Amino acid sequence: MINKLVASPEAALADVPDGATVMIHGFGNAGMPVALIDALIAQGAKGLTIVNNNAGNADAGLAALIGAKRVRKIICSFPRQTDSWHFDRLYRAGEIELELVPQGTLAERIRAGGAGIGAFFTPTAYGTKLAEGKETRRIGDRDYVLEYPIHADYALIKADRADRWGNLTYRKTARNFGPIMAMAAKCTVAQVRETVELGAIDPEHVVTPGIFVKRIVKH
Amino acid sequence: MKKLDRKQMAARVARDIPEGAYVNLGIGLPTLVADFLPKGREIILHSENGVLGVGPKPAPGEEDEDLINAGKEPVTLLTGGAFFHHADSFGMIRGRHLDFAILGAFQVSAAGDLANWHTGGADAIPAVGGAMDLAVGAKKVLVMMEHLTKDGKSKVVERCTYPLTGARCVDRIYTDLAVIDVKPDGLHVVETVEGLSFEELQRLTGVPLKKTPIAA
Repeated sequence: MINKLVASPEAALADVPDGATVMIHGFGNAGMPVALIDALIAQGAKGLTIVNNNAGNADAGLAALIGAKRVRKIICSFPRQTDSWHFDRLYRAGEIELELVPQGTLAERIRAGGAGIGAFFTPTAYGTKLAEGKETRRIGDRDYVLEYPIHADYALIKADRADRWGNLTYRKTARNFGPIMAMAAKCTVAQVRETVELGAIDPEHVVTPGIFVKRIVKH
Repeated sequence: MKKLDRKQMAARVARDIPEGAYVNLGIGLPTLVADFLPKGREIILHSENGVLGVGPKPAPGEEDEDLINAGKEPVTLLTGGAFFHHADSFGMIRGRHLDFAILGAFQVSAAGDLANWHTGGADAIPAVGGAMDLAVGAKKVLVMMEHLTKDGKSKVVERCTYPLTGARCVDRIYTDLAVIDVKPDGLHVVETVEGLSFEELQRLTGVPLKKTPIAA
């Protein structure tokens, strides 16, 4: 019998090695799997590459992981916020590497990673600093920039409901990066509000099919 | 002359958004446009973080941390609204499905180049968000900004000195002094505020302006 439900966030993340690439779901705090991030901090893995839209807000969740100096590099679109002080401090000290990616390019690179796409051309950022050094091509009457997928070892996501096969639904704008990050990692761990019997989620309403999910933690 | 204040600028932009339009409002000044969209027009607001049909701010105590806009402020959802993931959201943007993106700016050039994401300062932490996607993706890019910097320099410039968000992407500029269309042959003044002559606007702006607008 398939049962992806794991007893605790700690058990779900016990095997994350140093140097892993970890996608962390969330747009600001909406969708951020804080229980999983806390477990990752407790677990102790370091030298991580983190993929998220932001670089942490205030002192909890991703900000705490960054503040604990576990992150070697962050790939994100919008690190600078009024409350991103942990990132700001380490960035200014040269202790964290930043790969700044336009938000739509970030989303598409993650999607491409999960969908087996080798690279893609996007019009975004053509002619700007963020395309410097990148291959470009004119296709039709537009100029495009070549971008590569992002793959991860782990994706930590937050969903609303899950069944034991790993089928997921989300809640409102907390969906954001969850479905695409779930596809792009070798091991996707979902923190969910509620677990339900197989069949309780209407198949028409499944947003992330269980094939993309390895472990589920109710929290 | 009667400079427009921020609310008057928002009201001026809102007047030009037609029934049925799908619109993304940038963070800051453009967000105010939502408050002035003409009642009775169905206009659907998009937010990058995966929502169509963004409604007004919730009443105090009614906030839902899972329902926010791209500025991470609590919002509501209109009846008929929809949620979707980030790749679909930016597919809407890049795929030319949005009718208008209304963006703030540091500078716009005579060619329609937009600079709004980075001052380029050595100590500045860069952050781009969805600005570059919106700049290239929306069918029409409308910019809202004050016409002059605090020390009186025009933000409509010959060439942007700040790092670009997008090249040749701006269609129309709304400032506190004028509405200016960006056309292949240059900048066309559509209107100026009460008490401001074309000649005075030209003197303040520096970059060559054309007097006769091309009918939209």
